[in-house]
Amino acid sequence: MADPMRIRAALAGDETTVRVLMAHIMEPGTRRDAAGALIPAHFIQDVDASHNGKSVLKAMWTGAVSQNPFLSFKFKGAAKGDKVVVKWVDNKRDTRTDEATIA
Amino acid sequence: MKSTRRSALKATGAFATLVSLGLVTQSQAQAAVDRASFSVKTLDDALKAIGGTPANSDQVTVVSPDIAENGAVVPVGVTSKLPNTTEIYIIIEKNPTPLAAAFMIPAGTAADVQTRVKMGQSTNVVAVVKADGKLFSATKETKVTLGGCGG
Repeated sequence: MADPMRIRAALAGDETTVRVLMAHIMEPGTRRDAAGALIPAHFIQDVDASHNGKSVLKAMWTGAVSQNPFLSFKFKGAAKGDKVVVKWVDNKRDTRTDEATIA
Repeated sequence: MKSTRRSALKATGAFATLVSLGLVTQSQAQAAVDRASFSVKTLDDALKAIGGTPANSDQVTVVSPDIAENGAVVPVGVTSKLPNTTEIYIIIEKNPTPLAAAFMIPAGTAADVQTRVKMGQSTNVVAVVKADGKLFSATKETKVTLGGCGG
């Protein structure tokens, strides 16, 4: 299981800003190692953020997203104390789900 | 053979029921862009995969540095003031696979996303958004001093 994500969710007015830092190597599959062999691709492909069971963002990523991906987005309709759940799935079908409370 | 046909029909029927119940909207039922599109090699192919040539719009903004010291970690943000923005795409024109990321924005979520991408060389960052089914774009050139694709 990968390292946990760091998620911060803050409510300002009626809008919640969510900032996520995921721990993932995000290997694009185009780099070569010292011996010249291609390093296999290993990157997050799907991200799904939800609030109260409703999806508030979906993303499809490639190896072009930087290592230890950062993601920030905003949505309306949440209250302080609610939970935001973020889930990612990578190309090796490994997955990670973390949640944060809206402050 | 029998069991797979039966289960395939069951799945289709169940899905159709969900769509008819409005639990899964028609637009969500069709993926914004399929995964194979992400391996296209040119900006034009990426635009084709997304659905056509977007119209340039000043309601779409790309926020990226003028000069990025580290091409492996370039912060890129896209905002769209267009109503009913449902999809945002980030394309790095001269990357080996230009279509870098796609975001699906449901109602209630702002058309305002930020992430960090790898840029192989100085090039245009093109943001394409789909609003009300139509495509719009904005472009910003970002110079890269140290390429980020391992080259």
